[in-house]
Order: sequence, then structure tokens, then C-alpha cells
Amino acid sequence: MNGIDEEKSMQEDGSMSAEVMENNIELKSGLNRIFTNPDADAARAYFRGKSRALKPKLATAEEVVRTMIKDGDYFAIGGFGANRIPTAICHEIVRQGKKGLGFAGHTSTHDFQILSAGEVFDRCDIAYIIGLEARGLSPNARRYIESGKVELTEWTNATLSWRIKAAAMGLSFMPARNIMGTDTFKYSAAKEILCPFTGQKYAAFPALYPDFAAIHVHECDVYGNCHVYGATVSDQDLAKAAKRVVITTERLVSTESIRQRPEATFIPFWCVDAVIESPYGSYPGNMPYEYFSDEEHIREWLAAEKDAESLKKFMDKYIYGTKNFSEYLALCGGIEKMNKLRRIELLIDKK
Amino acid sequence: MADYNPMELMICVAARNLEDGATVVVGTGAPCAAAMLSQKTHSPNLCIMFEAGGVAPILPAMPISVGDSRTFHKALMASSMPEIMETCQRGMVDYTFLGGAQIDMYGNINSTMIGSDHAKPKVRFPGSGGANDLASLCWRTMMMTVQDAKRFTDKINFITSPGYLKGGNTRYEAGLPKGTGPYRIITNMAIMGFEEDTKWMKVLSINPGYSRKDVQDNCGFELRWDDNIADTDPPTADELRILREEVDPHRYIIGR
Repeated sequence: MNGIDEEKSMQEDGSMSAEVMENNIELKSGLNRIFTNPDADAARAYFRGKSRALKPKLATAEEVVRTMIKDGDYFAIGGFGANRIPTAICHEIVRQGKKGLGFAGHTSTHDFQILSAGEVFDRCDIAYIIGLEARGLSPNARRYIESGKVELTEWTNATLSWRIKAAAMGLSFMPARNIMGTDTFKYSAAKEILCPFTGQKYAAFPALYPDFAAIHVHECDVYGNCHVYGATVSDQDLAKAAKRVVITTERLVSTESIRQRPEATFIPFWCVDAVIESPYGSYPGNMPYEYFSDEEHIREWLAAEKDAESLKKFMDKYIYGTKNFSEYLALCGGIEKMNKLRRIELLIDKK
Repeated sequence: MADYNPMELMICVAARNLEDGATVVVGTGAPCAAAMLSQKTHSPNLCIMFEAGGVAPILPAMPISVGDSRTFHKALMASSMPEIMETCQRGMVDYTFLGGAQIDMYGNINSTMIGSDHAKPKVRFPGSGGANDLASLCWRTMMMTVQDAKRFTDKINFITSPGYLKGGNTRYEAGLPKGTGPYRIITNMAIMGFEEDTKWMKVLSINPGYSRKDVQDNCGFELRWDDNIADTDPPTADELRILREEVDPHRYIIGR
């Protein structure tokens, strides 16, 4: 099917323009709060001072979370829920007991589950939260949101992507054609506007410049020039939009190898503030072409969340009782488990 | 007649709606199964897309996540969330499937919350994800769901994704693109469309084993009826075989 024969296009007849103008249509605003400053000039002032030096940026998750993110900051996590997520950073934010953070709940599943268990954020931009897609809902994340402890502003996957894209472009907003007329709009912080060229009604979405973003990649050099394989979600824009960016990487590669394929550089070094070598860094999530998600362990997370006591035991064992991500991996089955997940990813073992 | 369960019926009926050469954005679960079945029966060139960026994969198994590596296995493209959503916004995506906790007579869907206080919901669901975007921007939206009077309600708590809003022309007047909107609601009991002018939900066909009374009794608002109510064609032996052997051999979806 196509819509070509159904309607005359806007440009041909200009009907919407006349309609909007004549009826003096009221332009609506969402009721909720924007958690970050969308001002493009304020962002430019920040980025003016951001280093462009080509210098090595190797660090540990412990250092990065201690020095690059402070209580009250607004942060975002790359990947898609449990796919290509920087798990070590999520754990470390919880382990260090960060408080009062703002969070971009953009396709947020296992990352949201971890961060909710630590109660590290108290305000959240929502596209997708508390669910783990086909796996069901996180009981604890749900309790946390239903408790009223978290201030909520509604958006959608496309909307948050476009808010991040607006920031990546150095703008203060992005117009789009979704969410109008719904409660998702009503409980967002979007505004309706009229196109200055056609008179068409659009939703305007404020640019989202996070204070801090963590993104997991397949490989990068010590300067933070990154390669990613597979679906990229919003990560390229996120790396540009965030004021401070940490990359966790499956492996370090030489800058020579980056220079051999410059067209493959997905995130360039000047976006990046720190690089952490983190093999199996998306575990228990999926890393395309490397290892599949550990569904058994994710089920263990979900089961542990049935009440506060079992969740506390679980968190003590896996997060608070471990000093870093390597210890977590070892607790979860170590290299044997990782090899098994690689065989599933490569379709050698059929699940 | 072949033996089948309600989920198998819904997937087979949904698959018939996807024609060869069309584009469809799907999530995990039943919609993905319907798209795969369609491809393996009458629409070999159906282009399946996933909102995290996968385009036209050769699916080796049911994805668990719309962003996992299965969604771009041997695909024509592994792109991004903005790429997929902008393709929808440009008018290049024909179909999408949505789910939700509540749906009203105009096809508005709630997947956000139950209760009246947004800041402190009685029951919280995941929220829109990409649902609102796809419902706003794809040409035709479909839903597959079990029918009961609590889910099909005129007292929807939260409009997460737009149907025809308040009916008539209100969807377009709200600013959403012309010619878009809900197309089919496929339940275990019946197949529904929408009246041309009012955009009120109307029954097009009734599934084997159910009556008009069953369909109305399991709906919380008054349904309209097409002039030529048909009997839904049950799944064919071929559809069932392909669904069971090739699409979902582990019964992840059809075993529910």
C-alpha cells in the first residue's frame, strides 16, 4: 500500500496552513519538566573548553565514575537495554552509591534494572523503562517507579533519539510529527509549534545534552576512536551530545589499524574523555558477533527481585561484594560461561 | 479442520495482512512471528525492520530484544534508531504492530500506566518505547491481543500511542500525518477495523467458534458491525505447519 493517492500533499494545496491560521489553533505544551538545559549556546560554551588533544585516555571504571560523574548529574547509557551496554559503568555507579542522578530511560532494560536496584536516580526521562522486552518486567524497578520516589517525564524512543540528535547537531530543539494528541505528549515537556514554511503543526523536542554518557563498543584505540558493529541505536549522536563520554571496549586496537580504515570510525576521539578496556563488557547482555545474552543470569536477577531481602542478598553478592567487573564475570561462570555465550551468538550452539 | 490455539490463529490472520514488497516494523513476540510467517508463505520480499536499526534480516530464531544481534542477522542493513524512525516519518513504512494493556473504540492504546496520578501510578508499565512513534508515523497500525472487557475499554487510563484519538478527523487535527492510523485489531474472537467517517471500531469478521454475543460481551464499549460480517478463515494446514516447524519450533510464542 501507499498513501500517495489518498491525500494531496501539503506543499500542493497548503490546506493545513490555512486551516491552522484561520482556526487560530491553540498550541499545547507538555506538563512535565525538562531535566537538562537545552540551550545551545550554553552547550557551546561547555564544548569550547573540552579538550581536543590526541592523548591516551586509559582509565578504570572505578576512577571514571569517581571523577567524571557527581551526585545530581544527568546521565545516559548507550546500546539498547541489554544489548551492547557498558555494564561495568552501571555497576560502578551503584557500587559507589551515587545519588540524585537524572537518567535518560531510552530503551533502558537491564541497565535500568541495575540502576534502580541502587536507587541512584531520582528523575527520569522515559521512553522505555522497567521492562526487559520478551523477558517480562523487573519487579524491583517497577516498585521503585510506583513508589513516587522518581520524578518522571514521558517521551518515546524516537523522541529521545531526536532530542539527543538535536544536541549532537548543536541545536536547542528538534521538530517532529509524533506524540501529538496523546497523554505521552501531555506528560512530556514538549511543545507544539507551527512550521514557519508550511504552517503544519509539529511537536518541538528540547535538545538533550547529558552531563555524562557511557557507551560500550567493539574496539577502539587509546584515544577513543571507536568501531561498532551491528545496529547502532542512538550512540553516535549520544557521543556527540554528552558533555563527558566514557567508552568501554571489548578490546583495545592500535591507532594504526584505525588509520587503515578511517571510514569505519564510528565515534571520533574528540568526543571521548576516557577509555576502559572491558572484555565481555556488555555481559549479561548481548554483544553482536561476540557473545549472546546470558538469559539464565538475567532470570536470576528477575527472581532475586521478588522481595527486598532476596534482592539485598543478590546485590551484596554480585555488586557490593565485588571490587570490579572482572570479579563479577568470574562469579557468573568466568571464561567457560563466556565461551558458551560466544557459541550461542555464533549459532554453533542453538538455544 | 486443523486443530490450533488462539495465538496460532491470530498470527496466521495477521500474516495474511502483510503483502509482498511491503515494509513492516515489528517488536518481539507475536508480531515478529506473523512477519516471519508472512515471509515464508506469500510475501517473500516483505521487508522486516526493527527499531534499534536492523533492516531485512534473515531471522535465524525469534529475537529476545528488538535490539539483539538476531535482528540484523544476515540483514541488508544494520542502521540506527533515528534511521528507522525517520524512515517511518518520511512515509516509507507501511505497517506496524502494537500491544498494550488497554485499547479504546478509536484504537488508542495504553502501555504506560493504570491509575490517575502520573507521578505515582497504581500500576506502571514500560511506557511508549517506540510504540507511539510507530503508531504516529507508520501508515497502518495493527494490534493482536486476547479480547476481554477490561482491555477493550472506553475508560482508557492513558493514551500512550495514538489511534484515531476522539474519532472523526481529530487525529489529523492533532498534527499527526494524514492517512495514518489503526487498521486491524486481531483478537482470539474477531477481526476489527474502523468506520470510515467516525473511526469507531467495527467488527469485520468473527473467528470460528465465537458468536456476535461473545465478541460484544468481551468488549467494554459498544462495537459497530460491518454490513457483511464474514467468518474468519481458520489457519490452513500449510500455515500451521510453517508456523510450528519453521517460525517458532520452540513454541516460545505459540506455546503461550
